[in-house]
Amino acid sequence: MKRIYSILVENRSGVLMKVAGLFSRRCFNIDSLAVGETEDKNVSRMTIVSSGDQRTIEQIEKQLNKKLDIIKVKTFEESVSINRELMLVKVKYNRNNRRDIMEICEMMKAEVVDASDNQMLIQLCDTPERTSVFLNKMLKGVSIVEVARTGMLALQKCVE
Amino acid sequence: MMNGADIMVKCLQAEGVKHIFGYPGVAIAPFYDKVYESDIEAVLVRTEQSAAHAASGYTRGYNTELPGVCAVTSGPGATNLITGIATAYADSIPLICITGQVNSELLGSDVFQEADITGACESFVKYSYLVRSVEDIPRIFKEAFHVAITGRKGPVLIDVPIDIQQASVKSFKYPETVEMRTYKPTVKGNGAQLKKVIKELEKAKRPIICAGGGVLLSKGKYELLSFAEKNNIPVVTTMMGISVVPTDHPLCFGMVGNNGKVYANKAMNEADLIMMVGARVADRAISQPDLITRNKVMVHIDVDPAEIGKNAGPTIPLVGDVRHIFDELLTYDFESDYSAWIKELNDNKVALARKRNPNPEFVDPAGFISMLSHKMAKDAIYIADVGQNQIWSCDNVCIREGKFMTTGGMGTMGYSIPAAIGAKCRRPERQVVAVCGDGAFQMSMCELATARQHNIPIKVVVLTNGFLGMVREYQHFNYNDRYSVVRLDGNPDLEKLASAYDIPFVRVRNDAEASDAIDEFLREDSSYIMEAVIDPMDIVR
Repeated sequence: MKRIYSILVENRSGVLMKVAGLFSRRCFNIDSLAVGETEDKNVSRMTIVSSGDQRTIEQIEKQLNKKLDIIKVKTFEESVSINRELMLVKVKYNRNNRRDIMEICEMMKAEVVDASDNQMLIQLCDTPERTSVFLNKMLKGVSIVEVARTGMLALQKCVE
Repeated sequence: MMNGADIMVKCLQAEGVKHIFGYPGVAIAPFYDKVYESDIEAVLVRTEQSAAHAASGYTRGYNTELPGVCAVTSGPGATNLITGIATAYADSIPLICITGQVNSELLGSDVFQEADITGACESFVKYSYLVRSVEDIPRIFKEAFHVAITGRKGPVLIDVPIDIQQASVKSFKYPETVEMRTYKPTVKGNGAQLKKVIKELEKAKRPIICAGGGVLLSKGKYELLSFAEKNNIPVVTTMMGISVVPTDHPLCFGMVGNNGKVYANKAMNEADLIMMVGARVADRAISQPDLITRNKVMVHIDVDPAEIGKNAGPTIPLVGDVRHIFDELLTYDFESDYSAWIKELNDNKVALARKRNPNPEFVDPAGFISMLSHKMAKDAIYIADVGQNQIWSCDNVCIREGKFMTTGGMGTMGYSIPAAIGAKCRRPERQVVAVCGDGAFQMSMCELATARQHNIPIKVVVLTNGFLGMVREYQHFNYNDRYSVVRLDGNPDLEKLASAYDIPFVRVRNDAEASDAIDEFLREDSSYIMEAVIDPMDIVR
């Protein structure tokens, strides 16, 4: 079962290590982890995607709540949140496939943000599923130089 | 002009600290320089691990409002402390561990005696601080003491770079309150849940309370016992829970677990309601947690919500401080009659008592420990080390108004002697007896000098069998008697060793000699070493 943990932490050195260390020590999975400052510069938000059975999911939340650098833990399923991932892909292109790549990008609303005479850097911000489809299916025939992904960010949907 | 070290000492004084346990070195020298002119007595241990164990004994000697404090230097001093910190963490013993650190400017450059101790200890401490500014010292100390002794208790580490200790400060003001937005442990139990517990107890025919170390840590043993007595509910304990109820109490049915009483485990299996109180449901106490909760109601009372449901699914979780919760539970009156169940347990107690065939050529450790603990003062503190001596102690010790200490979670050999030093320091009026095997004794015998130097009279019993008995027993059952690396050849002559430390000594070779020797051993409040020679092939099962 997939689970998202949206965690507000004190923005101090060592906090990332403590949280990551907790996951590794207790054999919890981290599918992805993203960290960044919030509107309050003393507070960061970590978005961790994990998976496990019901007991593990509950334990992760309880163990996170024990950490003294953690201010608040929210946990929810993917279905109740807006989920996004940013991906940068550098690909090789030539005259023959340039148009195809551009078409794929257009289809997926990806943007070419940098280019040289044989490489281009594509940016895509979408759900993790769609970024994976873009990379693994649609760019299958294209020679990929390197890829960087942020891991998933998520916030619960707006309430009425 | 004051410096950071002055402030550190003032913080300790503000918390009421009278003793610290430690080992100096360059990186903690500014602090010890200020201790020198203070009213705090610094006890010089012989290796840093003992500083943490002594601080643990100090904490447990009283009622844990004041955590024991240890202070050591950076690098090897700090890393030597780790086993002691981990031991305290596993048993939720509050400690304040102060380590010196290299100059802040040099942090991360691998200079002499630098160790990333906050990083190394991350999974063994409740919280840790690396002090980056001298102004932060009062707040950090205030928080550290608060965190250590509230909620689920545990060790807190404060790592102080030498330049911070030396930095000058104009004034000192110890904060009166703690403000931590991330830390608010639950103390009071949820009212609706409490009522549910009472309802289940009304329905139950065969309830049992399983008391763990958390009961002692919350100072809730009298409340728990009053509740058990008021409603006639039998009590079993985990290893850490020994002494929650007097071992000779009619409602006490011994220790559970794979080294516990057969009848205690049977009682747990056959109960229809288990109140698990301040216990982790760890593997040595409850080997098959899924089985033990089958077809029964389990109420799990713990201050740490993460312990509830971690190893066994509870029917009724109840988060809060044990003492508060039992205070609340005591206000409810309900009809119950568990006398048939109690009678059944008492019959089992007789029928399933462990039968031993002791070798008459040696001291029978079971009978010896029983006799020793019966002869000890009613309020004495009994500290069992780790190994066969520990299991024999758990199985046979008599604790009335006194305390029983051991390291149940980590099982750290060599705990008993330094812990006895700490406990005696805290409770000079009490008799303190450490019981260890010849393996554990040799891990900590250097601390006899600490006891001598600081005039801390501790009684040490060494059960000698020339083996690492617990491992030998394990090899007997599981490795076909292939006794690999468990012979303790080369043991010192304990009589000569005692005489070298100028500590009186008595050796007991068989049961006939035991009674007089124990009387002599306990007669005066002075250090004493008693060696009991036991059968090398004896087993605890």
